[in-house]
Amino acid sequence: MGLFPEIAVAVRLTIELAATATAILLIVATPIAWWLSRSRARWKEAVAAVVALPLVLPPTVLGFYLLVLLGPNGPGGFIAGLWGGRTLAFTFGGLVVGSVIYSMPFVVQPIRNAFDALGDRPLEVAATLRASPTRAFWTVAVPLARPGFLTGIVLGFAHTVGEFGIVLMIGGSIPGSTKVLSVAIYDYVETSRWYEASILAAGMVVFAFAVILAMMLIEKRVARAGE
Amino acid sequence: MTAAKIIDVAFRGTLGQFALDAAFTVPATGITALFGPSGCGKTTVLRCIAGLHRFDDGFCAIGGDIWQDRGGFLPAHKRPVGYVFQEASLFPHLSVRRNLLFGAPRGAATGREFDEAIDLLGIAGLLDRSPRNLSGGERQRVAVGRALLSKPELLLMDEPLSALDRQTKDEILPFLERLHASLSLPVIYVSHDIAEVERLADNLVLMQAGRIVASGSFNDVSGNPALPLALTKEAAVSLDAVVKGYDAKYGLATLEVDGGRFMVPMPPATAGSRRRLTIAASNVSLAREPPHATTILNILPAVILSATPAGEYETVVVLALGPDGAGSRLLARITRRSCDDLGLAQGTRVHAQIKGVALAPA
Repeated sequence: MGLFPEIAVAVRLTIELAATATAILLIVATPIAWWLSRSRARWKEAVAAVVALPLVLPPTVLGFYLLVLLGPNGPGGFIAGLWGGRTLAFTFGGLVVGSVIYSMPFVVQPIRNAFDALGDRPLEVAATLRASPTRAFWTVAVPLARPGFLTGIVLGFAHTVGEFGIVLMIGGSIPGSTKVLSVAIYDYVETSRWYEASILAAGMVVFAFAVILAMMLIEKRVARAGE
Repeated sequence: MTAAKIIDVAFRGTLGQFALDAAFTVPATGITALFGPSGCGKTTVLRCIAGLHRFDDGFCAIGGDIWQDRGGFLPAHKRPVGYVFQEASLFPHLSVRRNLLFGAPRGAATGREFDEAIDLLGIAGLLDRSPRNLSGGERQRVAVGRALLSKPELLLMDEPLSALDRQTKDEILPFLERLHASLSLPVIYVSHDIAEVERLADNLVLMQAGRIVASGSFNDVSGNPALPLALTKEAAVSLDAVVKGYDAKYGLATLEVDGGRFMVPMPPATAGSRRRLTIAASNVSLAREPPHATTILNILPAVILSATPAGEYETVVVLALGPDGAGSRLLARITRRSCDDLGLAQGTRVHAQIKGVALAPA
């Protein structure tokens, strides 16, 4: 990597972004997935649809709204003002917010599916064994939904690594701050640095392959455990 | 303190198309069987008692503690019940040991009760296994142990044997009988299998289509010809018996019940120990004169209390044991022709010939 300090910076930034976003996603997506799975509210599917919006919307549309929200005149600008900043757009923090929203469905869905697959029985058993709902959640629901969490982590991380449109809209291309891998490849191609672009592109192919392989192995394990 | 010893429940409401209107009061001792055809609402009643289902119009008081009334509803995890589901429903991510200890108070792993429970259920060798690698019967025994170790004040069992094959059932029933004999814990046992109920139940609640048909002690309900149970082919009574003696040469024990003595082949038993005799109505025949030169060992004098037609060709006779009819009740299922030929009617003195007695510890 010493030969390519630029690339090393971009790789590190990408991993930092994906790790931060995934960690936040786990904290945010788990209660949403639990609620979507357990609630009997009629409008819960409307909430599920909102969560799933990023699956369908062009990243530029999401990016546009995020730019408005995070910019100097939106709530993001107000929040940035708390520490003397002017805007959350074009910052690492802004990218994290964007990534969390963009990758949300990829984390919520597998976790919700895993909670759905549990059914009521294990939680009823826990209740008849004097476990409070909180204890039942942590000692029964979460461990039994582990494959869903693994899938969510892998997909959330991978999607954050692979996002491009939103990053370009709200992050720009500031080295060490918002210039992640996908943007770096784009920049290299724009400036005809094909060699660097090809190395990054090949790296992404290997990464994507590893992710998909990991997913398949997880699913296979789940299928075996379900026997 | 009388209120402390009863189970008093009433649930009313609808569940989809199904309407439930069930209220009964039984003593909070021994095993109470909730018996009825599939789909009559037995499981729903059990779930209501456990707090897993809530009808707003409901009342539930167990041993003097009110779990549900108009003013309140104690959530399931605050009710001191043990619940054994139809399928064992062990936690697949935990070992047998950790399943057993899931609901147990802290420190229970080393306690005497833990050892006693795994001994009673014969699961000591399974502790470190995963539930995935257990047979159906082993799983259900672990589920019973798990419920017991949560120190319940009431044990609820929802057809715990119905998912098992005949052989496994026969392997588990003795465990339940031993449980019954060694614990003072009240049990509500849901079943649609009369054979299980006859072997286990002290009290019986009959259900049909969401309603309670009858409730009371097992013999009062099962031996009442006005109720449907006594008229079925499987009708039987259960008698509490005390071992009076043992003939080692023939392997025969003498068992005394209220109003008579039985001789039953069985392994050696100590005098004074208690047994439960189950006698099917179809295993009892009647004679006006004392029969002699017969292979039937148990011939007891009795008096007919009632004779009720069961179907077109048969009659169910309720007997009271003893020459003056002061003892336990017995059912006999005979043909209508025999009934007429012998001129059997209320008050007739007869000799009940009993071929076949099922034994259980009590």
